[in-house]
Amino acid sequence: MDTREKDIEKLKDYKYGFTTDIENIKAPKGLNEDVIKFISNIKKEPQWMLDFRLKAFKRLKLLKEPNWQKPKYPKIDYQDLYYYSAPKSMKDKPKSLDELDPKLLETYKKLGIPLQEQARLNGIAVDAVFDSVSVATTFKGELTKHGIIFCSMSEAIQKHPDLVKKYLGTVIPVTDHFFATLNSAVFTDGSFVYIPEGVKCPMELSTYFRINASETGQFERTLIIADRGSYVSYLEGCTAPMRDENQLHAANVELIALDDAEIKYSTVQNWYPGDENGKGGIYNFVTKRGLCKGKNSKISWTQVETGSAITWKYPSCILKGDNSIGEFYSIAITNNHQKADTGTKMIHLGKNTKSKIISKGISAGFSDMTYRGLVDINSKAKNSSNYTQCDSLLMGNKCGAHTVPYIKNKNFDSNIAHEATTSKISEEQLHYCQQRGLNPEEAVGLIVNGFCKEVLQQLPMEFAVEAQKLVGISLEGSVG
Amino acid sequence: MLKINNLNANIENKSILNGFSLDINPGEIHAIMGPNGSGKSTLSNILSGKKGYEVSGEILFENKNLFDLETEERAHKGIFLAFQYPLEIPGVNTNIFLKTSLNAIRKARGEKELDAIEFLKLVKQKAKELKFDEEKLKRQLNVGFSGGEKKKNEILQMSMLAPKLSILDETDSGLDIDALKIVADGVNTLRNKNNSFLIITHYQRLLDYIKPDFVHVLMNGKIIRSGGPELAIELEKKGYESFN
Repeated sequence: MDTREKDIEKLKDYKYGFTTDIENIKAPKGLNEDVIKFISNIKKEPQWMLDFRLKAFKRLKLLKEPNWQKPKYPKIDYQDLYYYSAPKSMKDKPKSLDELDPKLLETYKKLGIPLQEQARLNGIAVDAVFDSVSVATTFKGELTKHGIIFCSMSEAIQKHPDLVKKYLGTVIPVTDHFFATLNSAVFTDGSFVYIPEGVKCPMELSTYFRINASETGQFERTLIIADRGSYVSYLEGCTAPMRDENQLHAANVELIALDDAEIKYSTVQNWYPGDENGKGGIYNFVTKRGLCKGKNSKISWTQVETGSAITWKYPSCILKGDNSIGEFYSIAITNNHQKADTGTKMIHLGKNTKSKIISKGISAGFSDMTYRGLVDINSKAKNSSNYTQCDSLLMGNKCGAHTVPYIKNKNFDSNIAHEATTSKISEEQLHYCQQRGLNPEEAVGLIVNGFCKEVLQQLPMEFAVEAQKLVGISLEGSVG
Repeated sequence: MLKINNLNANIENKSILNGFSLDINPGEIHAIMGPNGSGKSTLSNILSGKKGYEVSGEILFENKNLFDLETEERAHKGIFLAFQYPLEIPGVNTNIFLKTSLNAIRKARGEKELDAIEFLKLVKQKAKELKFDEEKLKRQLNVGFSGGEKKKNEILQMSMLAPKLSILDETDSGLDIDALKIVADGVNTLRNKNNSFLIITHYQRLLDYIKPDFVHVLMNGKIIRSGGPELAIELEKKGYESFN
C-alpha cells in the first residue's frame, strides 16, 4: 500500500467512531407511562411538564409511523429501546467543569470540543449533550451580563418555567406527527436559548450532541426564542460511535423570532453513517421548525448533512409576521449506502413575506438522495415571493438523485421561481484536474466545494473551514 | 528528455498506435501532423496518463518509466497537456483552480506554496503578457468561455506552471489569427534550452509562428516521415494522401 492509499484508508475510518466506557443510569427498556414518569422524575420536573409528556404519549398511541418517504428502513421496535441514558456521575450535578468526570472531558477533547475554561479561545459558547443529558455549558458568565439565557433544557424547565411554558410546543405541537410526538413524550435534554429584547448575541452559541450508549435513542429538544429586535447565531454539531445496530435520533427544534428579530441556525451533522456495506448508522429523523412570529423577523437554516444511515428532515419556516423572511441553505452528501430525504417547507402566511431555498445534493457510491420541498403561499400572503434553486451532483453511476418540489400559490400577487440542475463529475473533469497536479481526492474536493460554495458561505467562519474538510472526507474513496 | 520506444496502444481491441517511437531532447520543439484518426490525440492522452488504453512499449521521461507514474505525478515532474477540449468546472473560480494547481505542483516539488498575494501578482503579470482578460479569472473555470478563450486559458496555465515538456493538442484548431499569435507568443516566451514542446496539429498555420525543430508525419499509428520545418510546407501543398 503506498502512502496515499494509507492516507485514504485512514480518512475512510470514521474519526469519531470511538466509544467512551462510562457508567450509565438508564431507564428500563421500553416505551410506556412508567418510563415517561421515570424520565420526568429523575429530572425533578414540575407537574405541567409531566402532563405535557403524557398528553403527547396519549396522542402517540393514535399516530402511525409515516411511510411516504423514499428511504425505507426495517421496522423499529420501540419497546426494545432505552429512552434515557445518562452518565452516572451526572446524577449529583457537577457545579463546575472541574467536577465533571474526566472521561467526559477527555471524550469532548477527542472530538475537538474544548469545554475547559482555558481552552475556550475560539470564543464560542458550547452546550454539550452526552447521550441524554447536557453535561456542560460554557461562557455562562459572559452571556448572563447581556441577559442571555443559554442552558440545558432541563435547567430551563427548573429555572425559567414561564418562558418554557409559554413557548414549548407552540411551533411543533404535541399532536404534530409520529416522531415529533414521540420526542414530546420522551425528550431528555437539549439546549434552551432566550435572547432578550434588542440584544445582539455577542458570540456564536453552539450545542454539541454525542450519542455514546448503545441501544439508546436520542431525543433532544431545543428551543430558541429571539425577542424583539434581537439576533442570535446558533450552531449544532453531532457525532456518534460506530456500532453495528441502527440508532434512532429523533430531535425536535423549535425557533421563535418576534418582531424584527433574526435567528441563524447552522447544523453540521456527522452522525455515524454506517459502514461501507450499509451496516449500522444513525436514523436521523428530526423535526426542525421556525416561526417568524413577528413582523420583519427572519429565520435562516443552514445545514451540512454528511452523516447518518438515513437522514429524513425538513427544517421549515412559518412566515407569519408581515415582511418576514425564511431561508434554507443545504448541503446533503450521501456515500456508500447512505440515504437522505431532506429539504424544507416555507409556509407564507403574512404579507410581503420572502423565502429562499438553496439546496445542493451530492450522491456517491450506492447512495440515494431526495430533495423534497414545499412552498405554500397562503391567500392572505399578498406580494410574497420564493426563489428555489435545487442542484444535484452525481458521482459514479450507481447512486440516485431525485427532486420533489411541491408548490402551492393561493394568490395572484406572489411569485415563485424554481430552478433545478443535475450534473455529474466526469472522468474527464477528474483527468483534467489531475493533469494540473491534483490527486483524485483533491480534485473531487475542489469540484464539490465549488458546487457547494453558495451554502458554505452561509456558515460562520470557524464552521465553514471544518465543513469544507468534512465535505472532502465524506466523499473519500468515492473516486475510482 | 522524452523517449518513446515502440509504443502500441489499443482501445477496445482496436489498434490506435502501432510501433510509435519518438525522442525529444531538452530545448527542442517537435510538431506532429497527421490526418483525423491517425492517433494524435491518443498519443497526448497516453502521455498525460489518461486511463482506458491497453499499452505496451516504453515511455521514459527524464529516464523514469512514465507508466509507473500517476497522472498528477507526471504533472508534478513537469509534463503539461494543453487539452484539445478544455473542461468546464462549474462553481470553481478560475483563480482558485490555478492557485490550487500551482501550489499542488510546488508542494510536490518541495517548493514553498504561494500565498494569495504572491499568486495574484504572478497571475496578473502572466495574464497581461498573454492579453488574457483578468475579469475572466474571477469566473467559473471555462464556463461560458468561447472556444478561443478556453484555449488561451490553457496557455495561461502553461505559462503559470512553467512545465519542462508541454504538449499542445490541436491548440490551434478553432482559433482566429489574433488568438493564434497569442498562443504562439506563450510558447515562444517559455521556449529555452531546457523546455521542450510537442505540438500536435492538423495544419501548418501555427508553425508559421512557432518554428519547430522537427516535423513528424503520423499515419495509421506510427511516424512515417520526419524532417525539418520544410516538411510541414510540403504536407500543406500535397496533402496527407501523397505520403501514404
